[in-house]
Amino acid sequence: MRWLHKLPLRLRSLFRKQQADQELDAELQFHLQAQIDEYIAKGMPVEEARHAALRSLGPVTQIKEECREMRRVNFFDNFVQDLRFGFRMLVRNPSFSVMAVLCLTLGIGANAAVFSWIEGLLLRPFPAVAHQETLVVLAGTNRASGDKVANAAGYTATSWPDFLDFRANCKLFDSFIADKIMGTTISIGDRAERVAGSVVSANYFDALGVHPLLGRGFQTADETGRSAHPVTVISYWMWKERYHSDPEIIGKTQILNGVQHTIIGVAPEGFYGTFVGWPIQFWVPVSMQEVFEPGGYKLEDRSQRWIEGFARLKPGVTIEQAQEEASTVAKRLEAQYRATNRGQDIKLLPLWKAPFNGATEMLPVLSITLVVVFVVLLIACSNVSNLLMVRAFARQHEITIRMAVGARQGRLVQQLLTEGLILSTISVVGGLAMAYWCRNLLAVFFATSGVEAHLKGQIDWRVLVFSAGVCLISTLMFALVPAMQAGKVDLADSLKSESGSVFGARGKARVRSILVVVQVSLCFVLLVSAVLLIQSMQRIRSSDPGFRTESLLTTGLDLVAAGYDETRAKDFQTRLIDRVRSLPGVESAALARVRPFSYTTYSSGLINVEGYQPRPDEQPEAEYNQIGPDYFRTMGISLLSGREFTDADSETAPPVAIVNEKMVKQYWRGEDPIGKRFQLKDKWLRIVGVARMAKYGSFGESPKPFFYVPLRQDFSLRAILNIRTSKDPTLIAGDLARIIHDLDANLAPTEVITMRQHMNRSALRSQQVMVALLSIFGGLALLLAAVGLYGVMSYAVSQSTREFGLRMALGARQTHLMKLVLSHGLVLTAIGVVLGATSALLLTRLFATLLYKISPRDPLAFGLAFLAMTTSSLAACFFPAWRATRTDPVRALKD
Amino acid sequence: MGKPTDLVQGTLDVLILKTIELEPMHGWGIAQRIRQISDEVLQVNQGALYPALHRLEQQAWIRSQWGESDNNRRAKYYSLTREGEMYLREQQAQWSRLSGAINLVLETT
Repeated sequence: MRWLHKLPLRLRSLFRKQQADQELDAELQFHLQAQIDEYIAKGMPVEEARHAALRSLGPVTQIKEECREMRRVNFFDNFVQDLRFGFRMLVRNPSFSVMAVLCLTLGIGANAAVFSWIEGLLLRPFPAVAHQETLVVLAGTNRASGDKVANAAGYTATSWPDFLDFRANCKLFDSFIADKIMGTTISIGDRAERVAGSVVSANYFDALGVHPLLGRGFQTADETGRSAHPVTVISYWMWKERYHSDPEIIGKTQILNGVQHTIIGVAPEGFYGTFVGWPIQFWVPVSMQEVFEPGGYKLEDRSQRWIEGFARLKPGVTIEQAQEEASTVAKRLEAQYRATNRGQDIKLLPLWKAPFNGATEMLPVLSITLVVVFVVLLIACSNVSNLLMVRAFARQHEITIRMAVGARQGRLVQQLLTEGLILSTISVVGGLAMAYWCRNLLAVFFATSGVEAHLKGQIDWRVLVFSAGVCLISTLMFALVPAMQAGKVDLADSLKSESGSVFGARGKARVRSILVVVQVSLCFVLLVSAVLLIQSMQRIRSSDPGFRTESLLTTGLDLVAAGYDETRAKDFQTRLIDRVRSLPGVESAALARVRPFSYTTYSSGLINVEGYQPRPDEQPEAEYNQIGPDYFRTMGISLLSGREFTDADSETAPPVAIVNEKMVKQYWRGEDPIGKRFQLKDKWLRIVGVARMAKYGSFGESPKPFFYVPLRQDFSLRAILNIRTSKDPTLIAGDLARIIHDLDANLAPTEVITMRQHMNRSALRSQQVMVALLSIFGGLALLLAAVGLYGVMSYAVSQSTREFGLRMALGARQTHLMKLVLSHGLVLTAIGVVLGATSALLLTRLFATLLYKISPRDPLAFGLAFLAMTTSSLAACFFPAWRATRTDPVRALKD
Repeated sequence: MGKPTDLVQGTLDVLILKTIELEPMHGWGIAQRIRQISDEVLQVNQGALYPALHRLEQQAWIRSQWGESDNNRRAKYYSLTREGEMYLREQQAQWSRLSGAINLVLETT
């Protein structure tokens, strides 16, 4: 508690300086008077007593100064003094100041921007949600090896019955929140728009601490009864855009996926749901699952895992304690429900590790970017450091005088650090402005058609604290070395002429050379990384996904949203396909439920293969797609044996399936399985074909068992239409719109794009963002490093005019001098490149997961980075070298 | 600036704290008292006294208050804080241990 006493004293020293000084005067005056009284009492004359008293006290001014020092006044006084002086120095040297502030603003701003993205997308991704630090993600895991149905990160969703059991049995949690993203098409004004929605548990809004602007959230009763509660809470955006902020909105109805829903609430502005990447526009209770989530009614089926949930921990409960409790419950469920829960466990994850929303994509991108911008900051700092050292040389005179009149070295360092602090404080303000402008930049990079991506950086106090920290660290990084150097001035040495020494061989020049080497090596690492990612993207672009992407168009039709029932939809689809196939230039066309490489998940189910004995811990499971006739021909996937589905494989025909190679290998030991059977849910499917392996969700996925069933035998109202044609997409789009309009005037297809375009948008997004960011920062680093090298070289040249003049006078030709300077610069570059290459070899492995079919040690990447580095170094050294050759020997020697 | 060494400085601090343990005193009084009690052996350098007082106050071991002196002059009186008492006790104990040990060494050899 001592600080409680200390604080007012410190503050008084600071702000009531005058009073404190007066009191000190009075105190010493009292002392003197008492001493004088004593001397007079001893019989001294008054005047003599005064002198004696003053003598015994000693130098009054010095005592006062010491007392002030004790009260820490001087520290602040000095600081203010340094601040004023620093400002004057910066204003006097505008070109230096602008350059330094620019470098630092770029460095600090890049860091602040990236951290604000991390804050807004990963750490606190849901604006308007209270206490996000107690929220955790519920992710299922399955120990069963080999054929687990899990996404790339190895996690599964959760089933509703399991979810209810967790909710009922876990005591360390405040609440469990079920959430599943889905979508529908609604008309906003005169255009059809695809919007994202969420199927949620009834406690959704209460548990998140979000209070609807109008109306209310859901009630517990809304969770039960198959499709019994068609109620919805709509987003602020939807309320404004579609309903023109109608204050009487509550109680009105809206058709969502063909079902009349009553609007019971409007979410507050700034609440975008709980899915990183997409703004959610409406919410419905879980009982409405069947309307929005394909695959039938899942609320009573423990094998149907579809919920992407969250949980809120009780205050003070750690994630480990909660994990233990949840796992215990999961074990109990596993023992109780062997058939469905074998190997099934639950894992609690912090929000930024969420395996099922945009966080999956953002985490690697942002963490690597954070490292990259830190490297850029390092380079920027060493540049400023270099500038400061050049200036310290220019200020040698001033510094020498300060030292000569008795300034302590510590005091001098304090002064120079203060100047650095001014620079970085200005830059941090600029940097935060930069971060503010860049907060939507990621959304621009991640732009897709239709729904607007929601990826917004957030600048809150944590970002401010982070930036202040970056500011302090960078001040130390760039100002400490020059300050120490300046403090080391040897008075005698500084009187000697600097221009007498040999080119590039002075002590301080060495420190600056080291900085340049560091810059070059850091820059080299960034360049290698950028080139690796570009190469990787090219490989992905040219790689084979298992189907022919050229001359393949794709579009979608949402018959659910248009209110079709199954019979009408089937009729519509048949007529549509017939019309499309007869279009001139169309080779073939086929429907399917899921488009490869999209966010829509494939259906998945437990399978029971006839004649296959699973291991005790194994639960055979596979993903599948519902496809129409001609699908394989249209996609360009070859069949290894058997046949395609035909119109004959209708709902009344015996159930059939086409399996992929991996499935054959896994369950039939590679033997031809045509005619064999396996069970999916309650149906036995007979295999009629074997399809070649393809990529289903992403390029990076490992081969997995997969099969296809006829769309007619597992119908979906929402389907995509793939068209193989050599014609231009825009022409087909026109034809298609006409055909659909003929069939149903109220219906419009989604955008017609090539499969390539679609894959670029979905599967290559994070790759593209990485490439864009790394190219920007790599270029920036290259520029900064070149500027640094240029600075060092041109300063070295300007300091060695005398030497060059002498050399010329002794017969050195211009080419010699050119070579001398260039080789010095290139030696620095070479050392930097060697160091950079060594670190790159160690570091690029860290993002090997982002690289597709390319070694993190790819020689071409290193070669290209080497080329870029050398070229820019040569460019940076050329002008200083040229100036060296222009030295006028007569003038140089005379000076 | 001729700062006293740590030992001397530390000793002066303890002497000051001990002196004002019983009653609040002003700077002059503290100097006089230390001289009297130590039988004129310890002469407090008056130049060092005030910086020491201000430092102790900064450390929150003593606090100051203006009051009237014996001959009706305004003087600044220093008194111990709770933290100061604790610190003094600690220092005293340490001092006895140290001086006891030194005595022991000096007497046995």
